Amino acid sequence: MATPTLSQVELDYSGGERLTMNMGPQHPSAHGVFRAILTLEGETVVAVDAVIGYLHRCHEKLAETLTYAQYPSIASKTDYVAAMTSEFAYVLAAEEIGKIDVPRRAQYLRVVTAELQRVASHLLWLGTWCMDMGGALGGGATIFLYTIRERELILDLFESLVGARLLYGFYQVGGVRYDIPSGWADTCRTTIDLIEQRIGEYERLLEQNPFFLARAQGVGVISRALAEDVGIAGPLLRASGVNFDLRRAAAYSSYQDFQFTVPTEIVGDCLSRYRVRMAEFRESIRIVRQALDGLPEGPISSRPGLKSVAQIRIPKGEAYARVEGPRGEVGCYLIADGSAKPYRMKWRGASFSNLAVLPHIIPGHKVADVVAIMGSVDPVFGEVDR
Amino acid sequence: MTRAHAATLIGERFGTAQVQGDAPFVVTVPVDQWQPFAAFAKNELGCHFFSFSTAVDWKEQGLEIVARVDNLDEGISMVMKTRLAPGVSECASLVPVYRGANWMERECFDMFGVRFVGHPDLRRILLGDDWVGHPLLKSYAVDTPYPPYR
Repeated sequence: MATPTLSQVELDYSGGERLTMNMGPQHPSAHGVFRAILTLEGETVVAVDAVIGYLHRCHEKLAETLTYAQYPSIASKTDYVAAMTSEFAYVLAAEEIGKIDVPRRAQYLRVVTAELQRVASHLLWLGTWCMDMGGALGGGATIFLYTIRERELILDLFESLVGARLLYGFYQVGGVRYDIPSGWADTCRTTIDLIEQRIGEYERLLEQNPFFLARAQGVGVISRALAEDVGIAGPLLRASGVNFDLRRAAAYSSYQDFQFTVPTEIVGDCLSRYRVRMAEFRESIRIVRQALDGLPEGPISSRPGLKSVAQIRIPKGEAYARVEGPRGEVGCYLIADGSAKPYRMKWRGASFSNLAVLPHIIPGHKVADVVAIMGSVDPVFGEVDR
Repeated sequence: MTRAHAATLIGERFGTAQVQGDAPFVVTVPVDQWQPFAAFAKNELGCHFFSFSTAVDWKEQGLEIVARVDNLDEGISMVMKTRLAPGVSECASLVPVYRGANWMERECFDMFGVRFVGHPDLRRILLGDDWVGHPLLKSYAVDTPYPPYR
């Protein structure tokens, strides 16, 4: 019997037999490559050792070898489910050091794409999470197929804007790469209207389902103190009673121009996290509408000659830029040495910090709850492992 | 707690600390004050939120350890820094103060070889256990031909 290491949080245990169960690295509920070594007493988990790193691609070392113009499109590969977000953080950090202005139109386009991205990411989360809890929802793939159908519409919008469906390279230091094509805003409005209506359908489908509530209510409770101490962010933090949203607390890229509320719950269980995200769908859609209505005219970049890759030089300095991604605070800590490439770049991946809470909350739950809790955390392993 | 009040408190309690700016506060402390300062930031300045910690390799000038914590209610942000002497890679762990430092410091150990004293479980996190070297050090070339190639 392997003795659990100190990283695991253990319940008091003085009983007889224990079983060590390996969950992953290839497990359908992991949403990626993740291994959890569970120590079980019967059906109850008493300790978890989380093993990550299977998807590590040396992003931080790579960033030191690529110029400020080259890296943003690589940054999108960290969190590939919300690729716009990581590009956003990186260019914001570079712009902060270089004191580079971003035209208002570009700021608004950044907001539109970031919010559409949040909707797309939450749609994928909702579908996969409900599929994880499978049988309880009466053949769980139903809602997954619905949400994937809606997510496709947003990917179509991104495709007609950037030419890519998953990894965009849309943000550039000083602005964005493309302006919206004609008719795009109208298609976008139709799409978000449709999605907003469907969100209500999902809620009716799920919240009146006693099995769904049984799987989510009171499961995986994160207290406010634990949430802050571990540094989890985004919907998880707000579900634990902290009214904190970077778009409000440290408004960037013209977020102060838009009306929206920051949904907060106090219980901190899986159901609270679900409720926060469902409310965020509507808030994001609201922001997209306002941004499209108020879209200013003008240039989309303050650096017109952006085609040449080696031209951006950022003066010596350092900055930490953070954006509110679908999973929380995505931060880029950038140190520039005056050359065309950063001296050091550190990702604060939201999923990395969010996942670190698992060893603290899983012990005491049943094995089946591990799946529900992991899904409610919404980890994207590209961002955990970077 | 206002920023001015926080700045006064830092000056009173940590005379040796260098403070730059206030949004965020960038505070450089001597290495022996690293953990006491973090405890002070958490307990007295209300910075309960642990954002991240990492290291920067300044080559012959040694490693720098950086951590960021926030007071979410009052909008106080704190970037804490400490410089290790050249050739030294040992630093007090923040895990006793912030549980979020656990994985962050494991990553820092993995990538820079910094040994965090007092860390309960210091082992590699992103790279395999049999990896040789610490890739984010500037002395580690991008094309280092180390095993494991499997």
